[in-house]
Amino acid sequence: MTGALSHMLTPAVVGYAEPWWMAILKSLVIFAIGLQLVPLVLMAERKILGRFQNRYGPNRVGPFGAMTPLADIVKLLTKESFRPRTAIGWLFTLAPILSIIAAVAALAIVPFGNVQDIFGTPVGFYGIDVSIGPLYVFAFGAVAFYGIMLGGWSSGSKYSFLGSMRAAAQLISYEVAQGMALVGVVITAQSMSLTEIVEGQGGMWYVIPQFVGFLIFMIASFAETNRPPFDLVEADGELVGGYMTEYGGGRFALYYFAEYLNVLVVSGLAVTLFLGGWMLPFGIHPPGWVDPFIVIGKMGLFVVFFIWVRATLPRLRYDQLMSFGWKVLLPLATLNALITAIVVVAWY
Amino acid sequence: MLSTYAPAIVFVVLGTIIGIAFTVLNGVLGTSRPSPAKLDPYESGMASEIKQGFRFGISFYLVAMLFLLFDIEVLFLYPIAVQLRAFGTFALVETIVFIGLLTVALIYVWRRGALTWK
Repeated sequence: MTGALSHMLTPAVVGYAEPWWMAILKSLVIFAIGLQLVPLVLMAERKILGRFQNRYGPNRVGPFGAMTPLADIVKLLTKESFRPRTAIGWLFTLAPILSIIAAVAALAIVPFGNVQDIFGTPVGFYGIDVSIGPLYVFAFGAVAFYGIMLGGWSSGSKYSFLGSMRAAAQLISYEVAQGMALVGVVITAQSMSLTEIVEGQGGMWYVIPQFVGFLIFMIASFAETNRPPFDLVEADGELVGGYMTEYGGGRFALYYFAEYLNVLVVSGLAVTLFLGGWMLPFGIHPPGWVDPFIVIGKMGLFVVFFIWVRATLPRLRYDQLMSFGWKVLLPLATLNALITAIVVVAWY
Repeated sequence: MLSTYAPAIVFVVLGTIIGIAFTVLNGVLGTSRPSPAKLDPYESGMASEIKQGFRFGISFYLVAMLFLLFDIEVLFLYPIAVQLRAFGTFALVETIVFIGLLTVALIYVWRRGALTWK
């Protein structure tokens, strides 16, 4: 029944706005869920990484160490609010806040389901569904870039500065490839609204026709979220802690939080753009309220993949990283977009 | 149409709240015992003589300029991508010409060695 309703609503979905109170309410709910998922991701990472390295991982606080993230937050908040002598005070404070704002705002775009009836009010199971979709993510990616850049620059430390310069070059290099990889998806879906892109995957998930685009998007996403093997921004062997060398306590917690929230958002985007969002294969149509769980479950798969890659691959060298982005990913992504365009026009 | 963006404002406000909350809570709950050595920027035990605005590799600027060029290429491709089926062969030829021109630019930049990190 819900399926029929969502089909009925689909043509008018983009630009659909709930009453203002519902808009605020659903934003709060999505934000709360996102906030709950971050400690889970943190915990999963430390546990799974532990298993990969033949150890237990954190297991002291609470049953199976499940309370470790809570203990971490308490510990970080009671640490000294430290700022080095050379730092530019207000920028040093502002930078991590910018990072977390960008990460939280990007969460708004991830669709957990289409428009559905809740007690007689149609509600879109997403923060926003706009006709610019991926561009919204790139826009807030640019704000996150400022967070990292200002943080490293205003610290007044060599390692922070080098870390932030590397971050800047890396983020903008891979953003080009990431954006280009999505052109193929947009051509296939004929829309940039994320719910319409998901609805367009009813016949076949885009991971199959857009497999090259998927690979490029995933590789670029690892670089965009500063995850290993692209974590040269905070390469501890050579840069101590990269742009967050001088950060500690609550401000460090914000950076850390933003990083893992970004991993979640990127996982959500990958699910939405390539893995059919809330759809299940083999024509299974569960009731509408299951949709968010399907999306979160698929996001979980990506999170495990992120951790798995971290445990498996060694870090790249910086010149290799830059050459790879510009000389391999960008031409490949352009070729992918071009071939998709030709096939789509020739086919239809 | 603009009202569809309204929840984004809620998210930005929530992000600001959590950011300020962490910073302020840390200031309130955290200890404060500064010492001259502690306030030095990190430099593995030695005194650091770093200042903002020192010189560093030109490659970073080069990458920033290339980014402008190619990111705008990507942005221009999105509207074509949405309307490609509607406009058919005409849009396809335009896309090919557009990408072709930028490929020339990429090859030029590549041959000049701007993509090789120094």
